[in-house]
Amino acid sequence: MLKYLETVDAPALSVIKPSRRGFLAGSAAFMLGVYATRGEAFPKWPTGGEQMPHGLRDDPLIFVSIDSDGTVTLVAHRSEMGTGSRTSLPMIMADEMEADWDRVKIVQAEGDEPKYGNQDTDGSRSLRHHIQAARKIGGSVRHMMQAAAAQEWGVDAGEVTVTNHAARHGDKMMDFGDLAEAAMALPVPTHEEIAYKSEDEFRYVGKGEVQIYDLHDITTGKAVYGADVSLPGMKYAVAVRPPVVGGKVVSFDASEALAMPGVVGVYELPHSIPPAKFAPLGGVAVVADTTWAALQARDQIKIEWDDGPHGDYSSGPFMEEMKATALDKGKVLRKQGDPDAAFANAARTFGQTYTQDHMAHIPMEPPVALANYTADGLEIWAPVQSPYAARTDTAAALGLDPEQVRVNVTLLGGGFGRKSKADYVTEAALLSREVGAPVRMQWTRDDDVRHCFYHTTSAERIEVALDDAGKVTGWRHNSVAPSILSTFAPDGGHQFMIENGMGHVDMPFAIPNVSVENGQAFAHTRIGWFRAVSNVPRAWAIGSFVGDLAAELGKDQREMWLELIGAPRQVDPAAEGYPEDFWNYGEVYDEFPIDTGRLAHVLNVAADAIGYGKALPEGEGIGLAVHRSFVSYVACAAHVKVVDGKITVPEMHMAIDCGFAANPERIRSQIEGATVMGMTVALHSSITFENGAPQQHNYNDYDVVRSDNFPGKVITHIVPHGFDTHATGVGEPGVPPVAPAIANGLFVATGQRKRALPFGETV
Amino acid sequence: MTRLTVNGESMELDADPLMPLLWALRDVLTLPGTKYGCGIGLCGACTVHVDGKAERACLVRLSEVEGKSVTTIEGLDPNGDHRVQQAWRDLNVPQCGFCQSGQIMQAAALLAENPKPSDDEILASMAGNVCRCGCYQRIVEAVRLASTGS
Ligand code: FES
Ligand code: FES
Repeated sequence: MLKYLETVDAPALSVIKPSRRGFLAGSAAFMLGVYATRGEAFPKWPTGGEQMPHGLRDDPLIFVSIDSDGTVTLVAHRSEMGTGSRTSLPMIMADEMEADWDRVKIVQAEGDEPKYGNQDTDGSRSLRHHIQAARKIGGSVRHMMQAAAAQEWGVDAGEVTVTNHAARHGDKMMDFGDLAEAAMALPVPTHEEIAYKSEDEFRYVGKGEVQIYDLHDITTGKAVYGADVSLPGMKYAVAVRPPVVGGKVVSFDASEALAMPGVVGVYELPHSIPPAKFAPLGGVAVVADTTWAALQARDQIKIEWDDGPHGDYSSGPFMEEMKATALDKGKVLRKQGDPDAAFANAARTFGQTYTQDHMAHIPMEPPVALANYTADGLEIWAPVQSPYAARTDTAAALGLDPEQVRVNVTLLGGGFGRKSKADYVTEAALLSREVGAPVRMQWTRDDDVRHCFYHTTSAERIEVALDDAGKVTGWRHNSVAPSILSTFAPDGGHQFMIENGMGHVDMPFAIPNVSVENGQAFAHTRIGWFRAVSNVPRAWAIGSFVGDLAAELGKDQREMWLELIGAPRQVDPAAEGYPEDFWNYGEVYDEFPIDTGRLAHVLNVAADAIGYGKALPEGEGIGLAVHRSFVSYVACAAHVKVVDGKITVPEMHMAIDCGFAANPERIRSQIEGATVMGMTVALHSSITFENGAPQQHNYNDYDVVRSDNFPGKVITHIVPHGFDTHATGVGEPGVPPVAPAIANGLFVATGQRKRALPFGETV
Repeated sequence: MTRLTVNGESMELDADPLMPLLWALRDVLTLPGTKYGCGIGLCGACTVHVDGKAERACLVRLSEVEGKSVTTIEGLDPNGDHRVQQAWRDLNVPQCGFCQSGQIMQAAALLAENPKPSDDEILASMAGNVCRCGCYQRIVEAVRLASTGS
């Protein structure tokens, strides 16, 4: 038996559910004319999807087309970067439709949000926001097939069943292909008219047996990523960009480069002045007949730079400043009870500071884009997380109307937030216009490491007030980090509600007096979002602090966690002093509340599964951490073992409660991947700055966890839920608890406490 | 002019002999299955076989493959059914998939040379191939599956 297939289901836990009686009542009362029902309706529950730009679309005529041979073509409108959503959403449509998966084709939508609804693939939102729409699309088509067959046969729709790609009545049967034309011309039923499948009728959903659509192409080299599209006459571009953000070219000498064989031209790119959103940095680009010719010519360009206002940024002293700021009181974001009195009256206090360096995402595929600018408009092929933003940003940069721009989305060789920011697309478009030919702009790995939208760097100070009995009576957490907002607007030096909502103001412990604060720090580079965003430093700080506090009080780690989490409760944000602008991942709070019972449950599942408490040899230890993010709950139990001074993790159990699990197999793969990325965050990921410029270049100095030392046996436990528990985030929430769990395990194993990320591979 | 065989086809390539094989495959021969990930031999995304041995195509110059036989992911098996490819599919290894051409070529070369590698040999042989998505657990299982059939 293969190890990662061993364990699937975690024990269930009853969830505190919002009352939905209002939605449930009378859902059958809307049934109309041609549509007869079967199975059961599900109420339509609100998600933040409706509030996203361009909202949700659930019209089958946008997403489904059916050929006369019965081939069902489904549109994937979210970008595929490894999470599997390009398969999972169509799989849900197909299941609800009763389509045979073997006769389903998937096509990727171009960037067109007015047509497809929101396509911005980040925030762990694809399933969470679009699962109901996918069911609606599929259910509509099933009903339309049923009605078309009923008309054809002159029978009541209620007597026609639709299963396995065909409508059936008695011994009569018609394939979807034969019904398609008539069915797709019928009116589209409303949500209330659709009799959705009951969960036990699902053929694909919840089973984890459907393989990703691109699996064969990926394993045979046929899958098409950003650099794999070629056009006749295409030219190849690379660029040198300002070493310091906000810097610009003073002068350059390209005479040697221009004399080299295969070089088409050398062009200065317009520079941008922060805050520049996703506009290109500027610099000098060389365009040539091959990538190789372009790369060689690039080395010969001599450039004099003006570094601009950030030329003295040095991350070492900056970190010391942030740590000092964090010791002081910051801007108060959440005040519950009387924290000042709690600290003044405390029997004792305990505090520690936890830090994290900048990180770069380094998706396996570096940024790349192909642009073809012609008199007819601009066409792009690119791996982008947000194809519509790429389209509108690039249109604006070139002074075009978005209607003149088409963005075709290739597969993404990883994204992790980097490919939400399509500066590389705009560069390609500018050059194509300049050169008068299709241009592929290829970033090298060096470019990618040195011109990232970096994960912020942070100092997180946590202090608690303790009473005589060692019970925590007060909590103060001051988070100091440059804000993502600085990429979009003049930098006020404070984090904003989205960052504040990521494991900071929503600290879920049952502590009566709480002060959640934010100290000032200004950005000196481009700050962007990285998988799990501010949850990474917050889970690191809080998770490590729980381990620290347990040691300080002589308590067991697991008991410490459970004591702090307290009895199961649904957090009442107003009563606990949350700010009015509290950001719950964009979700309606009552639909996606903070449920500490679910939080404690995943912790217990992971701890029990790893055998927490068992005797281990010297130099080994189990660390625990749990964190809620993207409205999911994930716990990590890490067995840490130091081998010849090297930190290894021979076994790790991950427990995730992400509500309804539509595709458990891809949930497991995401969580396995998160353990690897989490261990990379813990051991390796550090971008440092000197004289304003990042000091790392490539895997030689910005390495990642590899197959010679990765979490050796990862078992993922998925807490089972029915469809009536919202599907919640999966892509990101696995990452945050990993680093603190490893650090807590390392402490048990060695007595060494790490408080700075990354902490290296050796002790 | 470089004479070489690519995926069984002999050819003469009119390209800079100093050009890394990676760019010759991708830009000149339009065989995009071989991926660029680092350009300095540290990620394995560009792994191909040169006379049956795994090589990083970003480090091999065209002149160095004169008279040699190069196999890329496109030519590993005529039907894409090499046992390593099958094992990769059986275990649903890929996430984004970008590293997988290189992983598969590395694993296929390992098994050609050492049909029954130990776990340590698998881990060591695959350590030059980065997977940023973190599919290592399944990669290692799939190499084992391709090697032992279980
Ligand atoms: S591209 Fe050749 S090893 Fe990375
Ligand atoms: S599958 Fe994405 S890098 Fe390996």
